Amino acid sequence: MSDIRLSLAEIVGEDCVSNREEEAYFYARDPGLMPAHKPDYVVVPKTTEEIQKIVRFASKEKIPIVPMGAGMALTGLIIPLKGGIVIDMKRMNKILEVNEKGRYVIVEGGTSHGALKSCLEKNYPRLRHSLPDAPPAATIAANVMIHGQGRLTQQYGFNSDMVTGLEIVLPSGEICKIGSCSISKGWFSKGAPLPDLSGLFLGWFGATGIITKVAIKLYPKKKMRDVDIFITDNENLVPDMIFEITHTEMAEDVLIFTQPLPMMFKDNHHVSYYITGDTDEEIEFKRKTIWKSLECFIKSKDGGFMSVPPVMKPTLLEMPQRSASRLADVKRGGGFEYSGPIVLVEKYPECSRKLVELSGKYDLAYSGMVRIIDRGHSMMFAFAFAFNRANSDMMDRTRNAFQEISDYVLKIGGVYWKATVDEQRLAIERMDPNTRNLMKMIKNNLDPNGIMNPGNWEVN
Amino acid sequence: MYKLKFDNNLCETCPTGDCLVKCQYMDLHKNEAIAEMIKISKGEDSFVLDDCVTCYGCEEYCKRGNHPFYLITEMRQKKGILTAPRAITKQWINIGQPQGKFRTGDIKKKILSFGFMPELLQLVQGRLFDDVMPSYVFGQEFFCNVVYIHFATTSIIKERLPMVLNNFRKLGVEEVVCMHDECFGAFASLAPAYGMEVPFKPIHYFEYLYNRLIELKNEIKPLNVKVAYQRPCSSRLSSDKHHFVSDIMQLIGADLVDRKYQNENALCCGDMFGMLTGYDLRHDVQKRNIDDMVNSGAEYCFFNCPACQSALAIKVAKRGIKPIHIIDLCRMAIGEK
Amino acid sequence: MKYEEIVHRCFRCGYCKFTSDYNDFNCPSYRKFYFESYAPGGRMWLIRAWLNDEIKNSDHLQEILFSCATCANCVEHCVFTFSEDLVNIFIAAREEMVNKGIIPPPVRDYLKNINISGNPYKEPAEERGKWAEGSAIQPYNNQEYLFYIGCVGSYDERAKKIARAVGNLLIQAGVSIGILGARELCDGNEVRTLGEMGLFQYLAEQNTSLFKELGVKKIITLDPHAFNAFKKDYPGLEGEIEIYHYTQILAPLLQSKKIPLKEYRATITYHDPCYLGRHNGEYEAPRTILASIPGVELVEMDQNGENAFCCGGGGGNFFTDILGGGNDSPNRIRARQALDTGAQIIAIACPQCAKMLDDAVKIEELEDKLEVLDVAEIISRALS
Repeated sequence: MSDIRLSLAEIVGEDCVSNREEEAYFYARDPGLMPAHKPDYVVVPKTTEEIQKIVRFASKEKIPIVPMGAGMALTGLIIPLKGGIVIDMKRMNKILEVNEKGRYVIVEGGTSHGALKSCLEKNYPRLRHSLPDAPPAATIAANVMIHGQGRLTQQYGFNSDMVTGLEIVLPSGEICKIGSCSISKGWFSKGAPLPDLSGLFLGWFGATGIITKVAIKLYPKKKMRDVDIFITDNENLVPDMIFEITHTEMAEDVLIFTQPLPMMFKDNHHVSYYITGDTDEEIEFKRKTIWKSLECFIKSKDGGFMSVPPVMKPTLLEMPQRSASRLADVKRGGGFEYSGPIVLVEKYPECSRKLVELSGKYDLAYSGMVRIIDRGHSMMFAFAFAFNRANSDMMDRTRNAFQEISDYVLKIGGVYWKATVDEQRLAIERMDPNTRNLMKMIKNNLDPNGIMNPGNWEVN
Repeated sequence: MYKLKFDNNLCETCPTGDCLVKCQYMDLHKNEAIAEMIKISKGEDSFVLDDCVTCYGCEEYCKRGNHPFYLITEMRQKKGILTAPRAITKQWINIGQPQGKFRTGDIKKKILSFGFMPELLQLVQGRLFDDVMPSYVFGQEFFCNVVYIHFATTSIIKERLPMVLNNFRKLGVEEVVCMHDECFGAFASLAPAYGMEVPFKPIHYFEYLYNRLIELKNEIKPLNVKVAYQRPCSSRLSSDKHHFVSDIMQLIGADLVDRKYQNENALCCGDMFGMLTGYDLRHDVQKRNIDDMVNSGAEYCFFNCPACQSALAIKVAKRGIKPIHIIDLCRMAIGEK
Repeated sequence: MKYEEIVHRCFRCGYCKFTSDYNDFNCPSYRKFYFESYAPGGRMWLIRAWLNDEIKNSDHLQEILFSCATCANCVEHCVFTFSEDLVNIFIAAREEMVNKGIIPPPVRDYLKNINISGNPYKEPAEERGKWAEGSAIQPYNNQEYLFYIGCVGSYDERAKKIARAVGNLLIQAGVSIGILGARELCDGNEVRTLGEMGLFQYLAEQNTSLFKELGVKKIITLDPHAFNAFKKDYPGLEGEIEIYHYTQILAPLLQSKKIPLKEYRATITYHDPCYLGRHNGEYEAPRTILASIPGVELVEMDQNGENAFCCGGGGGNFFTDILGGGNDSPNRIRARQALDTGAQIIAIACPQCAKMLDDAVKIEELEDKLEVLDVAEIISRALS
C-alpha cells in the first residue's frame, strides 16, 4: 500500500496525494442518495502529464481510477465503486484560450463554469457559454461528460453538443486529441467533417478516458435579458404550448416548473421562457412573437401570462440560479436529488401526474423541473425531491420513489440522464443487443484492464 | 348571504347611460348602454359580459349610485364567464389565501393597513407616518380581496372579505388608513354594496398624506417639477377622493401636467390586460399612456398603486420619465429623500 | 456540540469556496491544500462524520479543523440561511477538541502561553508597554480614548513599529489616547477562535472589569482582531463602551484635513483585513484615509472588499502556521495578487496581516517591488 502512495507522491508531489481517512470519507460519497464507497487514494494533479503518469501506473498495477469534477451530478457518478484512485480535477482550472471570432474557448479538465463565466464577463462581454444551474464549482469537462444542459440548451442542444474538441488521456496512458485539433491548431469541431470520435468519450463518465482539455462553443451575448412565465392549469396542453413557443425560434431557455409550494405556484404548470436582445426593439419583437404564438390558449382560457412579482425576476434571471441549490434546504436537511430523464415533450402530462402520485405515495416534498432541449426535440423532466439528510426514513422513501421512477422512465420510452449504476444496468438490459455489444467492444478495447471508473457502463 | 345592491330602475330612468357610453374599451351609444345594463341585471346574456376588460371605470362613470361593474362581475360569475385564463384566476386565489403569516405592529385605535403588498412596507417610512407607525397590519388576513373583481370571482370576495373585516373587528381599531387605494375601495365601496358591515372608519391614504403635509407645512420646499399621475383602476371605486391628487400636488409645489388621459379619462397600467387578453391591448394602452406623459412634458410619473408601478416603472424610465411613488414624492418635498 | 443541529444541512455545493463573481477560489485553506476536506463543505461533512462516530479524531482531522483561518468568505458566499453560522460551527468543533484535550501541539502551546504569560510570545507581562518608550504615547489616565494594542502589537517586532506609528499619528491629530501597558490583558479573539471558551470567558470578564474600573468610555483598537472581540463577543461591552478601529477615527480627521499632508506619490493597493472587512463591514475608512493623500493612486486587487483573499493569519494560524509553507500558502498568493495590480505598496490595517504579507514578500523575493506598510505608516510619509 505504501509503495502505491510513494509512487503517486512521486508523480504529483507529496502534498497532492492522500490516503487518509478524512479524504477517503469525503470522496467516498456525494450529496445524493447513492451508497458510499471509499477510495484508496485521492490525488489532485496539476498537469496532463501527471494524469498520464497516474493512468499508466494504475494500468500497470490494475488500480481503478475515478476522475472527478465537483461531484454535483448527485447520482453517485464519482463514487469509486471499486475503490482505487479518485482524481480530483479541480486544480487544473485554467482557461487556456478564447478564440473570439471563432467563438470557442479551450479550458482544462477541471476548469469551473463559474470561472469561465467570470472570465468572459470581464474580457469578452459579447460572448457567453451555456451555463448550467448547477453550482459554479461544477466543471465544464464533467458537465459535458455527463451530457449536461444549460441556458443555451433549448437553442443549441445538450452542452455536450457544444464541444468543439477534446484532449483525452486514454486508459493506455496516451494523450489523444479529438476533433479538428487532431490535425489543426483550431479547436472548432469535435468531429465533423472527420469521423466523430468524441462519442467514444462523451457520456461514458470517464469509463473510457479522462478529459484533460475541452473546448466548447461560445455564443453571442446580448445586452438585455428578460423572462416571462406562461401558466396553465391543464398539463395536457403543455406539449402544444411548447410546440408553439419553439416554433417561433425566439426564446433562449425554456423551462417548465410545477410544485405545490409556495402557494402561488399551487395547481399550475409554469412555462418560463427567456428572451435576449441588444435593443429594446429586438427584445420586444421576440416577446410579441411569443405572446402572439400563445394567444390561442389565452382566448380559450387555457393559459395566460402571469405577472412576475418584482422580487422574483432577479432570482429567475440570475446565472447560475442560486435558488436551484437552495432547494436542498427545503426540508432543512441539505438533501436534494433528482431523476431527470430525457423524454419526448409529449410525455409531459403523464410525467407531471406521476410526480404528484409519487410525492403523495411516499410523502415527499417535490418539484417538477423541465428544460426543453434543442427546440423541443426532447425535454429533461426532473423529478426532484428535497430530503433531510438526518432523517433516514425520509431518505429511504426518497430512494424508493427514485426506484419507481427508474422503471417508469423505460415504460414511457425515456432515456436516463446521468444514470445511476442501477439505471445504467437497466438501460443496458433494455438496449438493443447489437448496440450493447458495440458498447462492450468499445469499452473492452479502450480499457482492457477495466480500470476506468469500473462499475460504470459495463456490459456483462 | 351577501347580495349586491343594484337597482335597475335607476338604469331604466338613466338620462345618459354613461356607465357604458364613457367606457374606453367598448363603443356603445346611450340606448344600447341602458339596454345592455338592464339585460345584465335581469340575468340575460350580453356581449358586455364578454368584452368588458375590468378597468372598473363604470363604477365612477355611474353618478346615480348604482354599481355597474360589480353587477357585470356578479353576472359573469353566475354564468361561468371567465375573464382571465383559469390558471391565472387560480393563481390569484391561491396568492390571496390567508396563511397565518400575518404581521401586526403596535396596534392602536388608528392603524395603517398594508394589505399584503410587501412594497408598501418599504415605502412607508419617515416623518409622514411617525404619528401612526408602528401601528400597522400586513398579511392576507387583512387583504381587501377587491382584486377578484378582475377575475369575476365574487364568490371568493363573499367568502373572505367578511373574515377580513372580522379580523379588523377583533383588533378593536377605529380608523384604518388604507395604504393601498384598492383597500379603501373595498371598505368604502365594495363592502357596503354587498351589505357587509365595516366596523371601522376607512381613511384613504391620500387624505391622510394631505392632512399630514398640512401639519408639516413649514417643512415643505416646493418641488417645482412637472409630474404626471398614473391613476390606478381601484381609484374608480373612490372617485370622491381623487381630488386629493391635485390638492397634494399643489401643496408640495409639483405641477400636475394637463394631459389627455387624466381624471375620468385615465388609462389603466395595462398589466391586467396582458393577463386577460394578451399582447395587443396591453401594448396599445401602455403606449398611448406613456406617449401622453411624454408629450405633456412630465419629468416624473408618480404612482398610487405598487402594481401599476411594477407594470410601468421601467417603461416610463426608458422614455426619460422618472418613476416614483406618491409617498416618495411627498417625502422629497419634506426633504427626506 | 453547539450548532450540532445545523451540520447536516450542508449541500457541499461549493459556493462557499468562491468570490462573488466566481472568478477564483477564495478559501485560504482550500487554495493551499486543494483537497475538498479543507474547504468549508469538507469541514461540515467531516464534523458531522466525527459527531456520528463515522470517523475518529486524528492528527489530520485536527489539522483540517485548525487550518480554517476564520476569514468568513464562506459566511459571505454560502447560499443557505445558516451561512451566518459557518465559522461558528468550525469554532464549536474546535471547542469540542479543546475540551477533550486532543489538539495540535502548536495550538496547545499557544493557549498555554496565553494562560501562563498572558501573551503567546512567553515574554514578561511587565514589558507589554515597552514598545511605547520614547514615544509621545502616555499611560491611560482618563484620556478620551483607551488605545488598546493587543499581544501582537505589544511584542512582535514588526507590529511594534505599527503600534508606534498609529499611536503617534493619533496624538498628532489631536486625539486623546492612553495605553494600558503592563496592565493590558490579551483580548482573547484567537483564544476564542481556537475553541478555548473557558479561557476566553475569563479574559473577557477580566478585561471588562478593568475597563469599567478605569472608567473607560471609548476604545480605539490597533488590531482588528481585538476590535472584533470587543464588538461582537464580549457580552454587553458594545452597549456600554464605544469601540473603534483606529482607521475609523483617522478617516474623518483626514477627510476634514485636520492633519495637513504633503504630496506622496505612490501606487497603493489596500488589503482588507478579514476582521475589519468581512466580519465587521468596515471597507471604507482605510480607503478614505489613503485617498486623502495627494499623489496616491489607489488600485484594487481583483479580490477586494467582501471578496478579499485572507492573508492566512486568522483563526490562530498566525501562531500555529498550519497554512504556512509552500508556494500556495495564502500570504504568498496574496502577495502575488498585489504584485499583479502594479502597486508598489500593499497597505494594511492589521498588524497580523502586516507580518504575514511581509514574510510573503520576502519569500517571493519581491522586496524590491513591494513594500508592506500600515495605513498609519503611509500617512507618516506624507506628513508635512
